[in-house]
Amino acid sequence: MAEARAATAPGPADAVISARGLDLTFQTADGPVHALKGVDLDIRRGEFVSFIGPSGCGKTTFLRCIAGLETPTGGTLSVNGMTADEARRSRAYGYVFQAAGLYPWRTIGGNVRLPLEIMGFPRAERDERVARVLELVDLAGFEKKFPWQLSGGMQQRASIARALAFDADLLLMDEPFGALDEIVRDRLNEELLRLWDRTGKTIGFVTHSIPEAVYLSTRIVVMSPRPGRITDVIDSPLPRERPLDIRDSREFIEIAHRVREGLRAGHVDE
Amino acid sequence: MRSLVPVLVVVLGLLALWYAAVPVMNAAETLTRAERAGAVIDPPTAVERRDLSGLTLALRNPGLLGESWSLERPRLPAPHQVAAEIWATTWDEEVNGRRGIVQSGSFSNRSLIYHGGITLAATLSGFLIGSILGILLAVGIVHSRTMDLSVMPWAIVSQTVPIVALAPMIIVVLYSVGVQGLLPKAVISAYLSFFPVVVGMVKGLRAPERMDLDLMRTYSASRGQVFWKLRLPASVPYLFASLKIAIAASLVGAIVGELPVQKGGLGARMLAGSYYGQTVQIWSALFAAAVLAALLVWVIGWAERRTLRAMGVAG
Repeated sequence: MAEARAATAPGPADAVISARGLDLTFQTADGPVHALKGVDLDIRRGEFVSFIGPSGCGKTTFLRCIAGLETPTGGTLSVNGMTADEARRSRAYGYVFQAAGLYPWRTIGGNVRLPLEIMGFPRAERDERVARVLELVDLAGFEKKFPWQLSGGMQQRASIARALAFDADLLLMDEPFGALDEIVRDRLNEELLRLWDRTGKTIGFVTHSIPEAVYLSTRIVVMSPRPGRITDVIDSPLPRERPLDIRDSREFIEIAHRVREGLRAGHVDE
Repeated sequence: MRSLVPVLVVVLGLLALWYAAVPVMNAAETLTRAERAGAVIDPPTAVERRDLSGLTLALRNPGLLGESWSLERPRLPAPHQVAAEIWATTWDEEVNGRRGIVQSGSFSNRSLIYHGGITLAATLSGFLIGSILGILLAVGIVHSRTMDLSVMPWAIVSQTVPIVALAPMIIVVLYSVGVQGLLPKAVISAYLSFFPVVVGMVKGLRAPERMDLDLMRTYSASRGQVFWKLRLPASVPYLFASLKIAIAASLVGAIVGELPVQKGGLGARMLAGSYYGQTVQIWSALFAAAVLAALLVWVIGWAERRTLRAMGVAG
């Protein structure tokens, strides 16, 4: 499997993210925990890559490594041709967390403006950008509202707007819709695809939902725990244009089946 | 309106208890006066009465207790006596008194307003010093591990020393370097008020969750930006909670600081009252201090509500 992937994998030249033999071991009171072991992966510009696997498989940890929020203990990782930490300092990505994590004392507009203030955008440009990204996530007119005045789904949209505000080419999303109900989630998935299509960003997306991963991704990375590692990488044959009912198509069901098999195989390994 | 009823019930209950306690506390004095006026007391001689409790005396002479509530120098004054004294030493003294503000242009040094003002000045300056010191220490503790390990234990130890023991020394030491007047009292106030602010602010500045801090890291924000845009706003509710405690502690500190100085203030008033057996004066100064404390805490609460509403946090 690993050889097959290496053969089809692109060279690091056109890769935005490139991981080789990435290891991350946490030292805990109960001994070392291998959160990641020997992870090889390249992500090309404009791809939508999902990471799926049971909890403890290292999918979030890998995303945090890319973001420079965790430091790998072995292997190499480059983001935009730099180390992950350099990429973080050059503000190479927008990050969306599991919870919206809006600051409650700031309005929606104020929250979206936060990264712009920190990164020192000129005042006039800030307002223009806030208006533009709020429009993009369908929250125009909510700029002056406080987070508690919005529903969970709207808050999460605001947090996506916040990650988009400073125009990083890379968007990292850690189970952003995990806490939302199915109906809201479906709509946000659709909107996210449209957003990806319009902005041409590279997206790394962590999820534990098989339909979500299959529906959104151009590539699905299946991971398994103890030690956290990649067990399968699936290129999606689905077209870029994806109506919601594509989920009833034969290809969709086939990919979903393969993801499920991959997840199951990871479990049998133990 | 509905909340007024339980409050009134409690107040009335306390007043009733107080009125009931007055004849018991003042029995010896009341009965002596009655005896001088010609009444026969049970038991008849002072020697027999000496070792009996006030309760026993009051119960054995129920008909002779009429004067209990109007003694000139009672052990426990009746509520209306305290109320009359408060009226006399505030409104009456200032409006009608020769030394009052109406006739002399400045507050009378016999009035609780004058003494309350002195205490208020010391309280507010001490509160200001204490709060600023507390906030600065908390900022240091949160940002420096060395300070976290070294300052906190001392801050805790500082509060275990009884302030009444420390206050005279602070005043003497400061006097010997030429500092007197308002500042020594403010220092004692600050000594009491910085502590709740340190504890509250350390908790508040550490209130942001890991995700909030991670978000700042993804922006590659500087420590200063994390402080001003995340830690400080997150700490505001904690700050106000501790400021309420701090201002009450400041008032206590100011009063304790006035005891050894004896240059005006509610504390000086209380001590003078106790020197001359003027319990009515002590109680009225006590009530003045309580009203002042309630007022100060209310002002902080008002500022808290306004601030939190402006921050959109209080809904």
